[in-house]
Parts: sequence; structure tokens; C-alpha cells
Amino acid sequence: MKLYLKIWRQKDASAKGQMVDYTLDGVESDMSFLEMLDILNEELISKGEEPIEFDHDCREGICGTCSLQINGRPHGPDTMITVCQLHMRSFNDGDEIVIEPWRAKAFPVIKDLIVDRTAFDRIQQAGGYISVNTSGRPVDANAIPIEKHIADTAMDAATCIGCGACVAACKNASAMLFTSAKVSQFALLPQGQVEAADRVQNMVRQMDLEGFGNCTNTGACEIECPKGISLENIARMNREYFSASLKG
Amino acid sequence: MGVLDSKIPSGPLADKWTKHKNEIDLVNPANKRNIDIIIVGTGLAGGSAAATLAELGYNVKTFCYQDSPRRAHSIAAQGGVNAAKNYQGDGDSVYRLFYDTVKGGDYRSRESNVYRLAEVSSNIIDQCVAQGVPFAREYGGLLDNRSFGGVLVSRTFYAKGQTGQQLLLGAYGAMNRQIQRGKIKSYTRHEMLDLVLVDGKARGIIARNLVTGEIERHSAHAVVLATGGYGNLFFLSTYAMGANVMAAWRAHRRGAFFANPCFTQIHPTCIPVSGDHQSKLTLMSESLRNDGRIWVPKRKEDAIAIREGKLKPIQLSEEERDYYLERRYPAFGNLVPRDVASRAAKERCDAGFGVNKTGEAVFLDFASAIMRYGKEKALTSGMKDPDNNTIRELGEKIVEAKYGNLFQMYEKIVDANPYKTPMMIYPAVHYTMGGLWVDYNLQTTIPGCYAAGEANFSDHGANRLGASALMQGLADGYFVLPYTIGDYLSDDIRTGAIPTDSPEFDAAEKDVRDRMEKLMSGTGIHSVDYYHKKLGKIMWNKCGMSRNEKDLKEAIKEIAELRKDFWENVKIPGSPDSKNQELEKAGRVADFLELGELFAKDALERKESCGGHFREEYQTPEGEALRDDENFKFVSAWEYKGEPSAAKLHKEDLVYENIKLKTRSYK
Repeated sequence: MKLYLKIWRQKDASAKGQMVDYTLDGVESDMSFLEMLDILNEELISKGEEPIEFDHDCREGICGTCSLQINGRPHGPDTMITVCQLHMRSFNDGDEIVIEPWRAKAFPVIKDLIVDRTAFDRIQQAGGYISVNTSGRPVDANAIPIEKHIADTAMDAATCIGCGACVAACKNASAMLFTSAKVSQFALLPQGQVEAADRVQNMVRQMDLEGFGNCTNTGACEIECPKGISLENIARMNREYFSASLKG
Repeated sequence: MGVLDSKIPSGPLADKWTKHKNEIDLVNPANKRNIDIIIVGTGLAGGSAAATLAELGYNVKTFCYQDSPRRAHSIAAQGGVNAAKNYQGDGDSVYRLFYDTVKGGDYRSRESNVYRLAEVSSNIIDQCVAQGVPFAREYGGLLDNRSFGGVLVSRTFYAKGQTGQQLLLGAYGAMNRQIQRGKIKSYTRHEMLDLVLVDGKARGIIARNLVTGEIERHSAHAVVLATGGYGNLFFLSTYAMGANVMAAWRAHRRGAFFANPCFTQIHPTCIPVSGDHQSKLTLMSESLRNDGRIWVPKRKEDAIAIREGKLKPIQLSEEERDYYLERRYPAFGNLVPRDVASRAAKERCDAGFGVNKTGEAVFLDFASAIMRYGKEKALTSGMKDPDNNTIRELGEKIVEAKYGNLFQMYEKIVDANPYKTPMMIYPAVHYTMGGLWVDYNLQTTIPGCYAAGEANFSDHGANRLGASALMQGLADGYFVLPYTIGDYLSDDIRTGAIPTDSPEFDAAEKDVRDRMEKLMSGTGIHSVDYYHKKLGKIMWNKCGMSRNEKDLKEAIKEIAELRKDFWENVKIPGSPDSKNQELEKAGRVADFLELGELFAKDALERKESCGGHFREEYQTPEGEALRDDENFKFVSAWEYKGEPSAAKLHKEDLVYENIKLKTRSYK
């Protein structure tokens, strides 16, 4: 198939970017979206032009590196997948495809389609862990039974890959889904109880400092999340935050 | 023993680690504050080592090429992590895990290291649960286990099909806690380009800031390389696109011996190649072999009809199918080790029984598991005489709960529903058992330079068992390296900070800049990927699942020619002074082009078949691997001497005091 691509090009963080048109022929339906971009890049290199830079690594939907806004949707038209799992069979011959980086104040563009997501790391650094040293002699793993339902719900929250699609999908560029996933995981597990109040307060404070917007419950994040992280996590984080505030 | 001193502690096997920990030197807490450690790579091994060393009080600097430590490729490990907990009461023990690992590795690993690995395995589970890793649990609230290839017990702990992700996020959390305390300084989007030696000791690295293109100098009292494996040498593999051998290869060029480069794991259950555009391959977890049955048609006509789309696999009756693993290996069936399963698939496909368009795929079928689970569920739900459709529906739900995310991944890539028609799979490069040679302390042949996780060679011999990579990465990082590195650093308590303005740093930086300039000066027309794909084809066709003398000799010649062409002609647009993904790739492929030749040379020299290394000249009449313990019971450790063809072989003889060497049989 033949495709008409409109792709965001930006030399570096300080440069002004723009959309650039490319036409690409010979795309096959069983190629992945990123393989389509690989082919375009090979063409650009052979013409002596600079290839389009985009973030990607595992190409199997788990590392969370790839991050493209395709026709206005994070990770493209399909649901429950990342861009690297998107295949060209989701498109038709002659389609125009608009490809942009994540758009959010807290995710500045580094080059072309690559954004800086270190704000997510800093939110995790503020409290996304259980403070236990590596002693090799903590209590036996089976000493504290955890109800299967609770363990499974914690796992569902923990499955977040930190890609940033939730932020890109949100009209407020809010990071509530991302932050609440980690808060929920530990709020659900007995091991996370001790630091629960500090954790939610510190992580929310960092989230606000980074310049992410607030949550207005539109739910776009949940729809675009490639791992199906539920909005219930945001509700749980709000509860945790409220009860932490009462404790002072 | 020659120049290789493995430093295996004396005494009985079971006491070695405890004795060693008691005898090695420690650094007192106040002095740890004056000691810097660089860790390159932030996957399970690097991340866990960084967190633990920082907890102990050392100043740690971590480096990763990804935009966050959380994205290291450990995250993609699906199936699980082994530990000798014996929670299932099925007779597991430290000894049995040790024995299975040595046997699975086809008797080419070091006994003492493997025993230590088995010994600390259960601590890993305790540690991770304490960190809040949400492992799968049973209804009683206790941890669940499943079984993996090459073993007869259930010792694998898992978190859905995302165990690597959860363990890595645990280590990442532990790192974050230390970053927040200021004990770890994390450098992301940075790549190590060289190792700096001062007075023969590893004292720092030269790194490139991948965003700005800046070349930076970083010093430390010790350098830990936890940079994973080198399977991307094959271009197509299940590795992340950026995975590379640069850090390990740079260290090799500076004096670290490279061990067993030809020991590569080709994983049996991956999604087959669909076309020339393919950029990477996707693994389907080995856990699927708990319930999936592997088969090809019995008759060649049927295989051809399936390839041409004239026949559907579900139309073939049980009698018309060849469940070749169950036929050849009745004791282990579909759960034979990976090397055995991969070779058996290749054997059937080479014989003309492959089932996809290219003839390079076999079926992985869940129909009988779906019916078996469905019947059980119907019985426990009190249904009397349910029809087949009801049973199938119930069974599909159970299979979905177990493997849902893997089935979804398959469907997205292949566009076929694996609940209704069998999956098609084929082997793909997945892991490298070879790596930097290390002694019992995980130190390479360069003092102060350590290697952990997949980057070293020590624990898996010639074939790694499933769910053992996560175990080894975390064992090295949480429980081994933090102790053993202290023994070396105890001499450095009065050294003070290592300056970066020394002639050694000047020289290393100059080397790096010269090399980049040379890369950028290529005058040809082909991109980096062009060369990488060519290298991959040579490797896959001549150094892949089966090898022979003629092919290996050709490969050595072809790789050397390709390397020459690459250095003269590779075309890299843009400039080195800014973000430049092509330049990043070029540096990595340049090293693969050297390693590839050494790989083939190692495979040529090892005139036996063992584990993942199958030499066609050395096989039994039934086509099983023929090991030669008399002549090849050693680790090949290669010393860099300029061109790969000049590399010098050193042998570490493997001594088995606690295990009797046997022909590996899974029949």
C-alpha cells in the first residue's frame, strides 16, 4: 500500500518543529508500524537525509519506550497495545497518517518524535517503593498470605509500563493514572502499608511539581492505556491521599 | 590453570559460599562513603547491584542507554524465576536446582558458581515479596508455582506473563529509593564507549551522552558491567533493538577475556519470521509448553497442503499428527530443555514438515489443554454431561486466565486466534550463555572490572534452563556482587577519588573520538542496518542452530570481509555532536562485526556438540548431541590480540567433584 505521512520534525529541544510530508510506497500489511518507519528511514538515509528519530526498544509492548501519537491517538488506532505492536493491517492503501510526539508540558521534545519522560522517574523516586534493604534474610515469602483477589488487583496496577500514553491522551496532560498505579499497587499489599501515607503525599507532590495537569475524570487515559490500567486506581489514590491528609 | 584463576573457595560444595563470605575482606561503613562504583546497565543484575551497593553506603553511578532504568530488557522476560523453595513439596532442594542447572547446561558450567546460585535462589523470592512484587498466588493466599523445561519439579515463581517486568520494577524501585537519598546518580540515555584502566585496574569509563553527543569521563574505584547478552549479533532475535555488546567488547579489548562466545540459546517458541522487513522476533513464553503440545503433520502431503492454505490444521485427526517431542522424549515430552526442543523443530522443518509459507514453523496446540481444563471445570461446577462446546468455552476461560496476555500478543502480531487454531512457532535467538569470563567473585581478568547477569558466562554452561536468567541476574546483583566486590575495594579505602584528568583518561577519550570520526567518514551508500542484516544472515545460516566446519570457516572469512567493507563505507548521516541514532547503531554493529568472527572461531574450535552448540560432525546415530568430555570439558576464554583471528585461547578446566558427568538424556 501507499501511504501519505505527516511527521513532526524538530532538530532539538530548543528548535521550532514542524510537520513534514512524506510519501511511502510498498508498505505491507504484516509489517509493524515501526518497521514501516524503519523503511522510510532507510529511504531517507539513502537520499542523504537525516532519518526520523523515534523512541523504541523491546518492540514487544513491554518496555514502554515507544511513544507516538498517531492520528491524534497515543499508540494509534488499535486498543490495548503499544505502537510497536500496531501492525499496518490497521491501515488502508492511500491513508494519510499524522505522526506526532507526546504533547505535554512535562514531556519536552528532545528531537523529532522523542520526548523527555524523566519526570516519570522523579515521581517514582519520590516514593514508588517499599523501603526494605537487601538483607537476604527478610521473612519467608509465604509468611504473609495475601488474598488472591488482592494480589491480582495489585498486579493489574503494577502492570503499568510508564509509556506516558495516559498523559498524552489527557486534555490536562495529567499523570494521575501513572502515579495512582504505583500508589495502588502498594496500598493494596500488606508490605506497602507502613509508608502508605508518606508515599501518596510525596508522589502527588512531585507529580504536581513536574507540571502535570489535574484530573477531571474524562477517562481518556484508561481508554488509551496499552495495559488497561483502570480508573479505579485514581479513585484509590484519591482515597489514600485524603486519608493521609487527615492523619496530618 | 595458566592465567585463569577461578578463585573457587576450598571445602565442601555446600559450605563454600558461607566460608568465602566469612573469610573475605570487608570495607567498614565509614570508608564505603569514600568509594565510588560505576555500574553499566540497569537491568536485573545492574539495577539490583546498584541498589544494594548504595544501601551498603558506596557511591554509585549507573549508566543506561535507555531513557529510564526501568526499560532494560529484563523487563521482557515472561515466564518466571526459579527458586528452590520446595513450597510444592515435590522434592525440590538446593541440590536438585543445582543439579538440574548443571545438567541442563550440558556440564559446561562451573559447579561452585551454580551451587551458590541455587543456594541464594530462595532469598530472591523473599526479597522480592518484601519489595512488593505481586507474584501469582493460590486461593489460599500462598505463592503459586509452575513448571519449566528440563526439570521434574514446580519451582518457578511468576507474575502473569510479566515476571521480568515485575522483578525489574522491584529493582528499579530499590534504585529509586537510593537515587532519592543521593546514593545513586543515574545517567540515562548514556552509552559506555570505553573502559579506562589506570595502573592495570579498571578506574572509569568514557561515555557518550546520547542526547547532546557530548563525550564524558567518569571515574570510580571499580566498574561493574551488567550490560546483558549479545544475541543481537544475529540481527533478528528476541532482544531489544538497542541491546548490544559494546561495553563488554570494549572491556574485552582492554584485557577482559571473553568466554564461550559460541554458546547461544535459540529459544524454541517464538513467532516465526514473516518477511524481509522484519526487525525483531517475539518470544512466546516457555510456560506455554506446560499446556501446549507441539506437532507437525505426519504426512508430508498434509504439511504441503497446510503451507498452501488448502488444509487447516484442525482438520487433521490425532492419528495424522506427529507430536514429535512426545514421541522422541517420552519422559520430558513437550518440556524438554530449549536446545533440544529447538533442534527437534529444525529437524522436522528441514525434513519438509514445516507448516507456514516459508516452511519454517511448527504448531503449538492448546486444544487438548482447553478440553482437559474445561472438563475439570465442568466437574467442579457440578455440571452433568456438558456438551463439547460448553467444555471448550469453560476451558478457554481457564487458558485465558493463565496465558491471556501471551495469546493476545500472538493475535496482534499474527492476526490469528490461538484459542481456535494452533499457534505457529519457530526457534529464535534469545539469550547468550557466553560472556565475559569471571572468577568466583564475578571479577573479569581486569582487576576492578566485574561482570554480572547475562554479561558474564558462569552459570548456564552451554544451555540455560527456563526461568534461570532472572534468578541469576538477581542473585548476582542482590546477593553475590555486593559481598565479593568489598574484598577488592578493601584495598582502596585510602585511594581517594580517582582523577579524570590523567593521561589514561586522555588516551581513552582520544581513542573514542578517533573511532567515531572514522565511523562518520564512511564514503559508501549503505546504512548501518544493511551491514547488520548481512551479518545476521551469516550468523543464522552458518553459526545458528547447527554448525559445521565448512560453514564456520566460510563465516569467519565473510565476517572479516564485511567488517572491512563496513569500516570503509558505512553511511551515517547527521553529526556526532547531537542526538544521532544511526551513529549509536554504527558503534554497536562495529563491535558485533568483531565478536561475530570470534564467535565463529570459538564454534570451530569446539569440536563437540554440547547444549546450544550443535556441531553436525558430532552427533549420535539418533541425531542427539555428542559431547566430548575428554577433550572439551573446559571454558574457552579468549584473550584479545588485535584482529579476532589472532585471539588467544585460554582454557579453564571444569572440575566436577559433586556431579557425575553423564550423557544428558530426556528420553
